Parts: sequence; C-alpha cells; structure tokens
Amino acid sequence: MRALRGAGGLIKFHDVTLGYADRDLLSGVTMKLAPGSFHFLTGPSGAGKTSLIKLCYGEMAARSGRIDVFGQDLGTLSRDDTARMRRRIGIVHQDCQFLDHLSVADNIALPLQVAGQEADDQSLDELLGWVGLGERASARPPSLSGGERQRAALARAVITSPDLILADEPTGNIDWDMSLKLLRLLTELNRMGKTVLMATHDLNLIRAAKAHVAARVLRIQGGKLQLAGADL
Amino acid sequence: MERLNHFLALLTGNPRADRVVPPSGHTATLTGLTAAAMAFLAVFALALSLSTGHLADRWTGALARSATVRISAPADQLERQTSKVLEVLETTPGVEFARAVTSDETRSLLEPWIGPDLPVESLPIPQLIEVTEAEEGFDAEGLKLRLAAEAPGAVLDDHMRWRKPLIASANRIRSLGLLSLILIGGATAAMITLAAQAALAANGQVIRTLRLIGAEDGYIARAFVRRFTLRALVGALVGTLTGMIAILMMPAAAEEGGFLTGLGFAGIEWLWPLAIPLLAAIVALVATRAAAYRTLRTVR
Repeated sequence: MRALRGAGGLIKFHDVTLGYADRDLLSGVTMKLAPGSFHFLTGPSGAGKTSLIKLCYGEMAARSGRIDVFGQDLGTLSRDDTARMRRRIGIVHQDCQFLDHLSVADNIALPLQVAGQEADDQSLDELLGWVGLGERASARPPSLSGGERQRAALARAVITSPDLILADEPTGNIDWDMSLKLLRLLTELNRMGKTVLMATHDLNLIRAAKAHVAARVLRIQGGKLQLAGADL
Repeated sequence: MERLNHFLALLTGNPRADRVVPPSGHTATLTGLTAAAMAFLAVFALALSLSTGHLADRWTGALARSATVRISAPADQLERQTSKVLEVLETTPGVEFARAVTSDETRSLLEPWIGPDLPVESLPIPQLIEVTEAEEGFDAEGLKLRLAAEAPGAVLDDHMRWRKPLIASANRIRSLGLLSLILIGGATAAMITLAAQAALAANGQVIRTLRLIGAEDGYIARAFVRRFTLRALVGALVGTLTGMIAILMMPAAAEEGGFLTGLGFAGIEWLWPLAIPLLAAIVALVATRAAAYRTLRTVR
C-alpha cells in the first residue's frame, strides 16, 4: 500500500471507512490521486466502486478518516463550498442524469450556467463535435442512445475544464466499440493534463487502455483498496 | 432594503436559470387558481372588516350624540316637571338641543305594538324628551344628579345600554373579518407549500443533477421560488381584481338594506385590496423557500 501514500495529490484518502447500517463497505482506505494521473477503479459488483467515487465529491460521507480534495478537508466544507468544489470536478455517472426537458446542448452547458458563466457557442459546438454529437445538439436526452448519452455526459463533465474527472462505470450500458471510443476521449483528456479516475468492472477495457495510457489500477476487494498488479 | 432587492430580483429573475425547473402544467394551474380564489375571498373579508368598522363608528356616532329623558310623574305634575327638565337641559353645557316629544309622536312610536286607536292622553304614558348632544358631549352623571334634584320623576337614558352590545357586535364582526384574512393567508401558505413540495418531490432528479454539477442551494431554490412566487402573484392579482369588480357591483349603502348594502370600500380604501397580491407573493415566496430548503437538505 506504500505506493498509494505520499505527499500532494488532488484527492487524498486517509484511513477512510464507509459503512452502511451494520457493516463497513470500505475500511482503512488510504489513497492519493496525483495531478495528471489516470486510475482505473475495479472490483466485483457491489464492492463499493460507486461509493468510493461518491466519497470523492462529497455525495457520501465517510464514517471515519479524512478525505482531502484540492487540499480541502471535505468534512469541513459547507454545502455551498461543496457545490463550488464540484465545479472543479467533472462527474460522469452510468445513468448520466440529465434534465430531460432541456436540449443536449443546454444540458452540456448547464455546469457553466450554474457557475454564473456564459457558454460560448463556438466552444460548445467544438465540444459537441469532439464527442461526436454535433448533429444531436438540439435533441432531448431521452432520444439519445446509450453511447450518445455517455458522450454527452462526458462533454458536460469537461465543459468547465475541470482538474479532475470521475467516471463511474461510463461504459456499463454501451457496446464494446462505443466503450473504446469513450475510453479514447478520457485518455485524450488525461494527455491534456486532466486527472482521471474511472470505475469499471470491465477488465478487457482496462487491458485495452494500457496501450494508450499509463494507468494505475486500484481494486476493491473485501472492503479494502489495493493496487492491482500484473494479474490484470 | 436588501430584502426588497432580493424580492424584486426574484420577480425580474434570470429566465435561463428558471429553465432548469421543468414546466409542470397542472401544479402551475392549481397554484394560480388557489391564489386567485384566496385573493377573491380575501377581498370580501377585507371589505367586511372595513365595513363593519364603519358601521361601529356610525352606531357609536349616532347613538352617542342622542339621549332621552323619561319623565314619569302624576298627571298634575307632568307638565311642571317637563318644563323644569327642559330648563335644566337648556342650561346644561354640552346639550345642543332638547325638546319634548309630542303626543302624536308618542302615538306613532307606540302604534306598531298597541295599534292606531291609542288614547295616549288618557294613559299614564311617560313624557319623553329628546336630547341632542353637542360635539363635546355632556356630563351624564352630573345631569342625572341635577334632574333628580329638580324633577324627581325624570330619568336620563344615554343609550349606553343599547349602544354597547351593538358596538361590541360590530367590533366582533370586524375581528372575524380580520381573522378570516389571517386564515386565508394561512390556507394560501399551506396550499402553496403543498404544491411546491409536490413539484420539488417530482423534480428530485433535477435537484440531484444540479447539485452534482455544482449548483449552490440558493441557485436551485431560487428557480423554484421564483416560479411559485410569480404564479401566486399573477393568480392573486386576477382574484383581487375580480373581487374588487364584484364589490363594485354590490348595491350601494341604503338605510332599508341595513349594513349589508354598505359592504365595500370607500375612497382611499380601494387601495387596500391591492396589497393582497403582494402579500400572496410574499407568502408564496416564504412557503416555497422553506419547502425548497427542506428538500435540498435531503440531497447532499
């Protein structure tokens, strides 16, 4: 576990425990995500991957331990501080979570809007083109395919140019080709200096990614977080 | 001042930010209708309250300025005591006018009860003296003492016995009108809270998504608050104007119709109902804001 410790890091967990009613889902989690790093988070279903991602941006609270994000102790942040902290994080969920009454373009521009900024039309068009949704800008989210939704969610996650991207099973509902396409977008962002933590149970995807990015693999097993090795 | 600016900012708002809340047809209609109906009722409660206030004032004024002296004396002393009482009244400060009620007037007063063929002169009916007070009023206790000394059969009735329950009734109706206004305000707040809570519950996904992408609580709450405040304002405005038109169409005040025909507003009082939409908007703002923050506390 020494490899997981050290100074610096956009996200630091120190001896974090997360529990539901009568059992600990995660215990003694200590990790650090260095700026510009790419990490996969893997483990069997129900191991706690989504919970660990949610701990990173404060949607869940640790039972014990300390979580620092951008150098701030999450446990000390007010609700508004937490909201402002989230603007520096791009979050992609498996279920995407869009506002279905707004167009794809409006959904993608939403993080800028809530931060009180105007979306530049040209940048928005470029972003839509980058994720391959240039033709779907005015569509409503319910009409998008699974892959399109994930790419739209990724576009929304990066529109504020966040320092950190957290992707929770973004390829869970899409086919292999689309998964590779999404992975390429994430590795591209990582090459641009973004820190990426991507949860997936798809080991083939992790193996495929190794050709494109120097990624570390974290594995949750029995409530403990481990650094996976050559066994993957 | 800061609160006023906050309120005005809510009304002018940010249309782009408002779009984050999905349109919700039937809740919008219900909120508007509720506000309109409550405002309509509030106009009537206000009119009732103000009218009974006037009525109490009228009764106080009319009855307070008149009094009666009743002289019960043997027939041979009646005329002398009447003259004595009139003399006393003429020299009493605060008495503007006093006159003995004629036998014809006495007959017409008694006619509804006893019939038209009443031989007033042959009956031991007390002599009545009508007294009109001057603006400053007279000292009733002092006058009673003087009358007792000068004309032992004379009794002063300053109508206090009649006036008190009438004024008490009018004041009670006025209080009931005010209580109705408070209840209408409370019911409006409750209904708008329910509508806002229903809308907030239906939009749980919207709220979670907005929190996820970094929206502060104030941003989310404002989008809901502004929508409900505007609905309540517009609904209450329609209800108030309809209520005012209905009041305008009420029959004018008339003696024969009693106080009901006097239900309405007079002069500058017509401005009072215009405060109802503003109050409804404030009630909606407070109720929705509380509901929004209550819901937001359940989302991390």
